[in-house]
Amino acid sequence: MAGPGGDMQWCFSQVKGAIDDDVAEADIISTVEFNHTGKLLATGDKGGRVVIFQQEIENKNQPQFRSEYNVYSTFQSHEPEFDYLKSLEIEEKINKIRWLPQKNAAQFLLSTNDKTIKLWKISERDKRPEGYNLKEEDGCYKDPNTITSLRVPVLIPMDLMVEASPRRVFANAHTYHINSISVNSDNETYLSADDLRINLWHLEITDRSFNIVDIKPANMEELTEVITAAEFHPHQCNTFVYSSSKGTIRLCDMRASALCDKHSKLFEEPEDPSNRSFFSEIISSISDVKFSHNGRYMMTRDYLSVKIWDLNMENRPVETYQVHEYLRSKLCSLYENDCIFDKFECCWNGNDSVVMTGSYNNFFRMFDRGQRRDVTLEASRENSKPMQVLKPRKVCAGGKRKKDEISVDSLDFNKKILHTAWHPQDNIIAVATTNNLYIFQDKVN
Amino acid sequence: MSATTAMEVNVEARRILAVSISKLYASRTQRGGLRLHRSLLLSLVMRSARDIYHSSRESEGPSGAQPATEEPMDTSSNPGEQTRLSEPQQEPQPALNSAEMAPEEPDNTEDCCDGEITEDKENLSPTRQSRKRRGKASAAPDFLPSKRARLEPGEERYAAPLGSCRVGAGESLTTLSLNRVIPAF
Repeated sequence: MAGPGGDMQWCFSQVKGAIDDDVAEADIISTVEFNHTGKLLATGDKGGRVVIFQQEIENKNQPQFRSEYNVYSTFQSHEPEFDYLKSLEIEEKINKIRWLPQKNAAQFLLSTNDKTIKLWKISERDKRPEGYNLKEEDGCYKDPNTITSLRVPVLIPMDLMVEASPRRVFANAHTYHINSISVNSDNETYLSADDLRINLWHLEITDRSFNIVDIKPANMEELTEVITAAEFHPHQCNTFVYSSSKGTIRLCDMRASALCDKHSKLFEEPEDPSNRSFFSEIISSISDVKFSHNGRYMMTRDYLSVKIWDLNMENRPVETYQVHEYLRSKLCSLYENDCIFDKFECCWNGNDSVVMTGSYNNFFRMFDRGQRRDVTLEASRENSKPMQVLKPRKVCAGGKRKKDEISVDSLDFNKKILHTAWHPQDNIIAVATTNNLYIFQDKVN
Repeated sequence: MSATTAMEVNVEARRILAVSISKLYASRTQRGGLRLHRSLLLSLVMRSARDIYHSSRESEGPSGAQPATEEPMDTSSNPGEQTRLSEPQQEPQPALNSAEMAPEEPDNTEDCCDGEITEDKENLSPTRQSRKRRGKASAAPDFLPSKRARLEPGEERYAAPLGSCRVGAGESLTTLSLNRVIPAF
């Protein structure tokens, strides 16, 4: 059965994480990110840990290859901290991971919690030196009197060891909780955004950052909106966007002024008055914003929909996709059980033809922009036989429920897919349920 | 609008107010501290619920009217909001598999707001029956941690004037909360 992308059929490839239903809070996945080649896949969790998987490809030269992601490195990125002045605990949860483009043999990534961003270097070591003149093999120093000859130490092969070391710590620049980081295309700077401010950093300099956006009102009682996400343009190093809790996106040009409080463009769609409800303001809050790879479009995710914006048109999106419109009549209950505050992310495929986002009941949705088709798939242990093809799912909004359909009332709102990622070149996707990471790939690929 | 509908809307608005307040309370003890975005969204819902609650009470009859004291907040209650009166009661309440429910008993909604005013001393305005000292401390919100936020360089502490916390004898609990949530940051 053809799905988005023509004859794409999604098959189960792997699942990572514990099987048991009793989920430890520290294992809850909080971010997923492929690196620029797609060979590495990083996840961050609530316990402050980063796990990196590396792709190993079988039958590389054949058109139909199977790839597998295996654990490459695991390290503790952030620890819980305590702010003594405010008597507040700072969570170690990893909010975002962003990879730097590779410049040498080592890999670099930025990981952030609510307050501190860290630059990690991940490097391989597969040789070790042997034959020191002054030291024994165990590291003890030799008695100099026993040394009668000199030799040159040699490097001998050893089992591959992957080391992660923190190279920079960017701290104390955010009063509010960091929600986004984004590496600039200039490969030298990056931005970090919290609820009210956006700071610009240089990757080499940790003791200062420049504030480029500040929407804090003089009187906090007048606060009406906060920053929810921010991202640099993929090619234009002077351009970035940030989204707000009011459903607006502002595009800023850093060449215009040092402080980019005045936007260059404001993207906002007038609200449909027929959809006005008690919770309109909450569901219009944008939870994620992502530029397309080609830099011509950007995608935003709010509670019920995904919108694609043309950067040249500010007054409305060019495409709108309903993720789970059947929830519109359930907003009151979703408010009570806190689900209405869930922040879903979204992502583009490599050639910007398909977009993906998560939903509840471990469902995730793909929208094919060209073919105007969408599909709902499920990440579950029941559908996890090797190369098992995923069957499209359907939610019955009301009326008579057909066979194989699920009624809205049967949806499990504890099973939410907030984080998804798409391989930059191939049709391989990583989908995070609460504590498991599912990897699916296109059958034909 | 019929009296029955106004009554239902009233109950619904009060229920949502109660749920919102309990969420605000719960967020105090959350790890990582109060989240500005979430608090802002909660205060927006509470504001809408309060506006609907007040306007539905007014439509019930002059006997149920609240005192007219409104604080100088950016309430932005426009005529369009009046049309939302019918909204809360039309939303069905299915039994969803929910995460932790807000710790609020639904049975309590009828007198929840009134009960909280008389029993919950911690939530009272500083101008009456406060356990805390007057003066500096009275500017700080009662139901939030008493330690004040660290000031940034060049920032002055904004002393909430007593006038902006005008709480009359019959004032609803919620106007108090809304006024205090965001400035606490």
